[in-house]
Amino acid sequence: MQLTQVLTYALRRLLQAVPVVILIMVGTFLLLKLAPGDTVDALVGDMGGADAAYIARLRAEYGLDQPVWVQLGRYMAKLIQFDFGWSFVYEQPVAAILWERLGTTLMLMGTSLSLAFSIGVGLGAIAARRAYSLTDNAISTLGLIFYATPSFFLSLMMILLFSVKLGWLPVSGLSDVAAFYTGWDHVIDVVLHLIMPTAALSLIYLSFYLRLMRASVLEVADLDFVRTARAKGAGETRLMIHHIMRNALLPVVTLLGLQFSTVLGGSVVVETIFALPGLGQLAYQSVIQRDMNMLMGIIFLCAIIVVIVNFLTDLLYARLDSRIALK
Amino acid sequence: MTDPVLDIRDLKIALPKGSDRPFALDGLNLSVNPGEIVCLVGESGSGKSLTAGAIMRLLPEPHVRVAEGSIRFEGQDLLALSEREMKQIRGDRIAQIFQEPMTALNPQKTVGWQIDEVLRLHTGLGRKARRARVLELLDLVHIPDPRSVYHAYPHQVSGGQRQRVMIAMALACEPKLIIADEPTTALDVTTQLQILKLIRELQEKEGAGILFITHDFGVVAEIADRVVVLSKGEMVEQGTAAEVLNRPKHPYTRALIGAIPALVPPRPRDFRDAPVVLRAEGLVKTFAARGSLISGKRAPVTAVDNLSFTLRRGETLGVVGESGSGKTTVSRIVTRLLESDCGAVEVDGTDLLACSPRELREMRRHIQMVFQDPMASLNPRKRVEDLIAQGPIVHGADPKAARARARELLELVELSPAAATRYPHEFSGGQRQRIGIARALAMEPKVIVADEPVSALDVSVQAQVLKLLADLRDRLDLSVLFVTHDLRVAAQLCDRVIVMQKGRIVETGVTAELFAAPSHPYTQQLLASIPGRGWTPPDLATDAA
Amino acid sequence: MTAATTDLPRAEAAPAVALWRRFARNRAALLGLVLFGAVLVMAATAGLIEPTDPLRRAGDPLTKPFTDWAVPLGTDQLGRDILAQLFHGARISLLVGVLATLLSIAIGVVVGALAGFFGGWVDDVLMRVTEAFQTIPNFVLLLALVAILGSSIEYITLAIAIVSWTAPARMVRAEFLSLRSREFVDAARNLGVSNGALIFREILPNALPPVIVYASVIMALSILLESALAFLGLGDPNHASWGNMIGQGRAVLRTDWYCAVIPGIAIVLTVLSFSLLGEGLNDALNPRQKKQ
Repeated sequence: MQLTQVLTYALRRLLQAVPVVILIMVGTFLLLKLAPGDTVDALVGDMGGADAAYIARLRAEYGLDQPVWVQLGRYMAKLIQFDFGWSFVYEQPVAAILWERLGTTLMLMGTSLSLAFSIGVGLGAIAARRAYSLTDNAISTLGLIFYATPSFFLSLMMILLFSVKLGWLPVSGLSDVAAFYTGWDHVIDVVLHLIMPTAALSLIYLSFYLRLMRASVLEVADLDFVRTARAKGAGETRLMIHHIMRNALLPVVTLLGLQFSTVLGGSVVVETIFALPGLGQLAYQSVIQRDMNMLMGIIFLCAIIVVIVNFLTDLLYARLDSRIALK
Repeated sequence: MTDPVLDIRDLKIALPKGSDRPFALDGLNLSVNPGEIVCLVGESGSGKSLTAGAIMRLLPEPHVRVAEGSIRFEGQDLLALSEREMKQIRGDRIAQIFQEPMTALNPQKTVGWQIDEVLRLHTGLGRKARRARVLELLDLVHIPDPRSVYHAYPHQVSGGQRQRVMIAMALACEPKLIIADEPTTALDVTTQLQILKLIRELQEKEGAGILFITHDFGVVAEIADRVVVLSKGEMVEQGTAAEVLNRPKHPYTRALIGAIPALVPPRPRDFRDAPVVLRAEGLVKTFAARGSLISGKRAPVTAVDNLSFTLRRGETLGVVGESGSGKTTVSRIVTRLLESDCGAVEVDGTDLLACSPRELREMRRHIQMVFQDPMASLNPRKRVEDLIAQGPIVHGADPKAARARARELLELVELSPAAATRYPHEFSGGQRQRIGIARALAMEPKVIVADEPVSALDVSVQAQVLKLLADLRDRLDLSVLFVTHDLRVAAQLCDRVIVMQKGRIVETGVTAELFAAPSHPYTQQLLASIPGRGWTPPDLATDAA
Repeated sequence: MTAATTDLPRAEAAPAVALWRRFARNRAALLGLVLFGAVLVMAATAGLIEPTDPLRRAGDPLTKPFTDWAVPLGTDQLGRDILAQLFHGARISLLVGVLATLLSIAIGVVVGALAGFFGGWVDDVLMRVTEAFQTIPNFVLLLALVAILGSSIEYITLAIAIVSWTAPARMVRAEFLSLRSREFVDAARNLGVSNGALIFREILPNALPPVIVYASVIMALSILLESALAFLGLGDPNHASWGNMIGQGRAVLRTDWYCAVIPGIAIVLTVLSFSLLGEGLNDALNPRQKKQ
């Protein structure tokens, strides 16, 4: 695989995402328009009222007297520059708040998804190799129960067990603010704070990957080329490593990309419960405080993150599947 | 006399409870000597592939298992070996070649890696020595440019080459026994002949015994030293190739051989005065460069290039070619299931391609189709009577009358009218194809386009359906455009034949004349590739029926 | 020969009976059916347990379960009967689940069928829209919709359908893509059947089984989404909801954990019942996949 091939492939995949991003821009604009009250209403409310003429002047200043499509054009031009407007709750540009919160969410996402993916794939493969045995039944049952447990309920149960009853893990926040840890102590503190949120977020997706991987391995194990490899005299371990795993992983990798946005959505509940200062918690607060600019900013930023992650999984898929010629 | 490499005694393979019969294989006796090709012949469901699984000890146990008997390989009882000992034998001293060269190779590994794997598993050779051996093997099976194929993935080489790769893989450790399970069934006739020649040539060079599993007596005539015939798990006959092919004793073998279409075309009939019912003029179909977003752009393919022909009333015109010749595209274009790029298709004087969607739906009653796959072409959720009556009802017939007519049509295609209320999956392949024919006839069309109507059927069923088609054609004065890859089938039914290659007509003529004296080199090659062309099946017509 | 070809196979059991037999062979699926039946009974008898208002004060606040037979499962911090809320919550969960599922499947079938059947630019446009919806994290979009539409039960159901239709749309599209090139569709087209009838009479019935199986997944997800909203206090305040009960129970988790645990178990069992039902249906509809 040559570098230029990879680059042109990457470029094509990115170009494909353009119409999607434009649609999302239009979508958030429509949502803003549908929401009761506009920027000027918020501004005037902030000032404690103003006369009609002043309000009209403000409207003109913000371009709200223009035809809708002109407003849409301006809105999109601003979004492209990552200008999401002003937050009247935080009295700051929305973008500034978003950048502040992004790190926490990405960290939570990264750890949860990598754990869910690796453990799910591993357990799924084991369950499939011992299909219909006791091990398989145990793993599959566990998967079903994780799948059926809502993350907020799981969070509460973990808090009840590990914080209230056992007192092992901290209940909320990203670190112990009063302790002023530095260096490794700080890292360990953060890790301790992230254990429960990560577990709460990853278990449900772990069960997804587990079930898909199990089905996928069972399917691939039935294919002709596995029979060929058996007829060559290959043992079970060799079959699994060289012939089954890579082919069975393909649909799971596809799901990894598709699921990322769902996991990002799931972080709203988990971040809120554990008081983690990330985008999810911010989204919840924006709804409560009716900070629509902030909410749309979050939607757009999340969409961009999802597009990037999908792009990366596409590259990974192309790397895994030799049938995709990167021409 | 030398000892046989493979000696199977009283082999019984048990099926799970609730199957249609208790034993998939019931008492098989068979031996293969070194340097001998033994053909195991049977129709689908005869248990022939399970025999291969039993020898390799790769049956889907415990559902399907060996119940009784012994399998001796070089005097050693394979059934008594541990899985570990068996692993050392597989691929080393017994090798297997499978039917589908596409799916039998791992899509994610290069060809070289997959051949190399056999050497890695069974020899102590170093990396360099193995690579040299793999290249030598690729050369042995006559793959041009072994070096580039070594690094290619399976999807990057053609079907015939993939089968050569499988053969190279089988030969890697110079096995004493090769099991070839329908190795040429998925290939075109010309490729099939090349692969059969290759197997013969290599076998003479290497001296291995070959157990060759097939359903095709043409292939048997081409390659077998000895023949074993299976019917529903029972061995009905065995003997030398000459004996079984020319003097079959068992009624089943006689019926099978009697069902093989003879390569003798019918006497030419004269259609010069009959009116033209279907005229195709300058048809072109190019499949555009598919800008599939993942796989990237591909070059445009011209599937049909400037095709013209006429079909007269009562005539059967064959369209013959290998895969990629565009013959299936022809059947789709003349029925306008696929839009032609240009040209005209006149049905009874009206240009189908110029019709508006409404006119087209009206015109469709005049040109009906019988499809290749009798399972896929019947909507699984409709009853048989509804399937047959659907066309007339769409065209305004009274539903009750149409269903009554459907029952009559079932009788016409020799099915019981009681079939009317059943669903398609309850029928066998041949019965489904009869339903498909009845559906086409229900419209009382001027032209019937038959796209490989018998290629998915076993040979005995094939003969029955062909006979039915010929009968109906003569009785109802049907005009048929008959698309097929099988020259034997074409010879049976077609008055005239068009030979296609890569989208173009290379030759056309009255069947008898064209078969007797083909003028185009491609036609000559096609005819020369028909398996068993040197063997004329004995005339068993008297007791076949 | 003629006689042989007229031999008909043995008549088979009606498709529905055969389906039920395969389904009933699967013990996990039967357990799912029993659990689902239990939830149905809860929803149906909610009016008997508490005919007026499950959110009224029924006893002393924080009565422990099994101590007062007037309120068998105890009360929460506002003295509301947990059992009554549980039964009425089942009603809301099922109502939201069923309606949101029907709505999202309907949208998904229309979008997927059009995209898969016509292909070309229709497919391109519809798929870009689908991708746009899939790209926005569904729960965040759900929050935004609820913030804009308001949190009455009707709007919550609508919002859940709006964020859930993409998966069935992709599924139906994939089915249509593979089915439209099947020969039976060509055969019907060749008989002169119109596009509308091809879509709805020929292809759709064959495309539906996997969608029906997937409906159980959407049902489970809808219930999870509704309960998550209610947990965050964004649900309809006029109705008892399991999620809301857990959200309220969080405040007294340290002392009276049963307030959160009882409705939590109800959610887990309900979602579990749909998963088991779905798997059972899948195995019954695709008997090839299962080997034992």
